[in-house]
Amino acid sequence: MIQTFAFYLFAVLTIASGAITILARNPVHSVLWLILAFFNAAGLMVLVGAEFIAMLLVIVYVGAVAVLFLFVVMMLDIDFAELRSGFVKHFPLGMLIALVLLAEIVLGIGAYRAGALELGAPDGMAATPVGVSNITAIGALLYGRYLFLFEASGLILLVAMIGAIVLTHYQRTDTRAQNIARQIARRPEDSTVNVKPEIGKGVSL
Amino acid sequence: MIGIEHYVVVSSILFVLGVLGIFLNRKNIIVILMAIELILLSVNINLVAFSAFLQDLTGQVFAMFVLTVAAGEAAIGLAILVIYYRSRGTIAVDDANRMKG
Repeated sequence: MIQTFAFYLFAVLTIASGAITILARNPVHSVLWLILAFFNAAGLMVLVGAEFIAMLLVIVYVGAVAVLFLFVVMMLDIDFAELRSGFVKHFPLGMLIALVLLAEIVLGIGAYRAGALELGAPDGMAATPVGVSNITAIGALLYGRYLFLFEASGLILLVAMIGAIVLTHYQRTDTRAQNIARQIARRPEDSTVNVKPEIGKGVSL
Repeated sequence: MIGIEHYVVVSSILFVLGVLGIFLNRKNIIVILMAIELILLSVNINLVAFSAFLQDLTGQVFAMFVLTVAAGEAAIGLAILVIYYRSRGTIAVDDANRMKG
């Protein structure tokens, strides 16, 4: 009973905040509603016993991705009202496509429920052992069967980090920065010369 | 009793909302990126629900990989957005036609 109530609460809040995310006038409000959607999706995942993914969702999405979005939205000085100008024009076509897509997906779910679709049965190799917590079982899978995929995802994050830094970092050319190594390496004999000019000839500098 | 169909319906509605968000906010690339995050979130809900109801943890491991790719995608997308804003002074993507694509 309480599980059913919690499911409907989380589901309704997830969908409502997702809808407000794409409809909000102010992108800052969009980001905040997106955070609420992530929280409620994490609640949905806790309900089926996937605590680790739920906590990961809160930490990674709310803690990193949503804050990154918020940071960029607030950093750029943009006239957001101007960016919304095509909203009403695109609304009918967008709604039509969304409804067609939703009808197709619901048809697919109906076919699955009626038993017309045969999904593959799990082979039991990744089943949770009895008496083992969710995070222990995921850890055993992640560092065992999916070790190379796990390391590949680490590489993806590394490439994303380097890419983001390379893209946004730029060398300023209008400043004269101090080059400490060059200063220390400079010796008196490199910069001074001792000349004996003849009288009346002057020196060349 | 909550079955897997309930979860699939929620995730499909969220997916459609994400697609609709891309159509409605054609100019504002920040909201487009957020709509893509919504789509990936719905995929994650789907994977986790099937993983829980079929008693197979592979879905949760793959949800983690989707999460990783989504984080990388958001970082790269926002970096491209920042350099685009730096050179053009706007983020309206419907007039990003310099490469005549």
